[in-house]
Amino acid sequence: MHDDTFDTELKLILEAIYLRFHYDFRHYSPASLKRRLSQAMQRFGCRSLSGLQERILHEPGVFPELLSFLTIIVSEMFRDPAFYLALREKVVPFLQTYPSLKIWVAGCSTGEEVYSLAILLKEEELLDRSLIYATDINPEALRKAKAGIYDLDRIAGFSEAYQAAGGRTSLSDYYTAAYGSAVFDKALRKNILFSDHSLATDNVFAEVQLVTCRNVLIYFDRALQDRAIGLFRDSLSRKGFLALGAKETLRFSDHAAEFSEFAGAERIYQKE
Amino acid sequence: MPATAEAIVVGGSAGALEALSTLLADLPDDFTVPIVIVLHLPRHKPSVLPEVVAAKAGRPVREPLDKEPVSGSMIYVAPADYHLLIDQGVVFAFSVDEPVNFSLPSIDVLFESAADVFGARLIGVLLSGANADGASGLKAIEDAGGLAIVQAPEDASIPVMPNAAIALCKHARVLPAAGIRAYLLRSAGCGEATERKENHDR
Ligand SMILES: C[S@@+](CC[C@H](N)C(=O)[O-])C[C@H]1O[C@@H](n2cnc3c(N)ncnc32)[C@H](O)[C@@H]1O
Repeated sequence: MHDDTFDTELKLILEAIYLRFHYDFRHYSPASLKRRLSQAMQRFGCRSLSGLQERILHEPGVFPELLSFLTIIVSEMFRDPAFYLALREKVVPFLQTYPSLKIWVAGCSTGEEVYSLAILLKEEELLDRSLIYATDINPEALRKAKAGIYDLDRIAGFSEAYQAAGGRTSLSDYYTAAYGSAVFDKALRKNILFSDHSLATDNVFAEVQLVTCRNVLIYFDRALQDRAIGLFRDSLSRKGFLALGAKETLRFSDHAAEFSEFAGAERIYQKE
Repeated sequence: MPATAEAIVVGGSAGALEALSTLLADLPDDFTVPIVIVLHLPRHKPSVLPEVVAAKAGRPVREPLDKEPVSGSMIYVAPADYHLLIDQGVVFAFSVDEPVNFSLPSIDVLFESAADVFGARLIGVLLSGANADGASGLKAIEDAGGLAIVQAPEDASIPVMPNAAIALCKHARVLPAAGIRAYLLRSAGCGEATERKENHDR
């Protein structure tokens, strides 16, 4: 349980992080923030959030590590196979009508979702005419995403999900195994642009036909969710698609009326 | 006992479904306190819990979505593969991250976030289970002034979870599943109503 002092210190440390490091966590979900910051306090051996604040301000190296508590960079390939199946069967036919495609994967974390998408596009013969923007705020996650190397012991789960997602061959066609790692084929990322972009502080940068932003909005409060969804609306071309995570919905957003449900159960929306 | 509980959070693992059946069997209509349940689930499988629990409770049961308001007369169950939290507002929140106590969803995560939002106006119930998830969450509820209830170890199919909670929570009420049900109905002001209804039916 957190007392009023903790809540005060929470406001202060978020403000300090914003002023000093220009990361804006002020509108993240308080429940998640409190939980992750409590874990960080334990990790850094701080008795209070003020103690943690002092350390991030005065000890270089502490903030980059704190960032890994505040941004939860867990990801998986073909997470929710039913989603990828719906993308393949219902959205791809629309995408095939465009001579060239732009796609934005917002909050791409360590890249699993982007590679899943690239594989799907390749199998649907769309990858060559696509440009994928993969963005995140965690530099460590982006570095791993660019490398495209994952622990071999995660591959069995990924392969199973790939098959369930309607995969046309075998996942092993897309990586080579070496020293306990799966190194994904460089050709997959030929048309992927990885870059630093915050849904909290940055703006629209391209017109795209598909946005996937999965399991990122759950960490935001409603106001920040609305900001992010506003960016997606402005970025999408008419009748463009927005894909959210399995527990995320536009129902409670101010932007709900600007989209229609396209594949409801899979959380795929279409801009009006 | 909290004067007016605004929510009841329930956690359990192996053997908890049986206790839940007793707890939730045909809840009376005037029982309007929302109930939020975390049972440990297998990963990567859609959960059948909503249907199972709805059949027992005779009222709608759903897996909430992100930012959905916590509403009265509802029973919510946590979906697989996410931690379920309660956030200011009072709305549901989610996190996909590491399992806590090998559990995703974790009972501790729900209980701690609910304690933070509801303070003394919360009842936490911990049922049968084979690990210690939920114990420190129940302690957080107690520390925030809420009420902790633990299924009596001798009543639980697997007493590990209740025992861990009893060791940690000084003020926990320890009751068999039927006793927990009676307690919850009474604290929601339904006790008399149900008795009257039963007498009338007879
Ligand atoms: C749980 S991961 C989701 C990964 C992936 N989309 C998936 O569903 O598997 C959440 C990601 O959101 C990123 N994130 C958090 N805040 C963000 C922001 N303001 N702008 C962009 N990305 C953000 C985190 O760094 C993290 O990599």
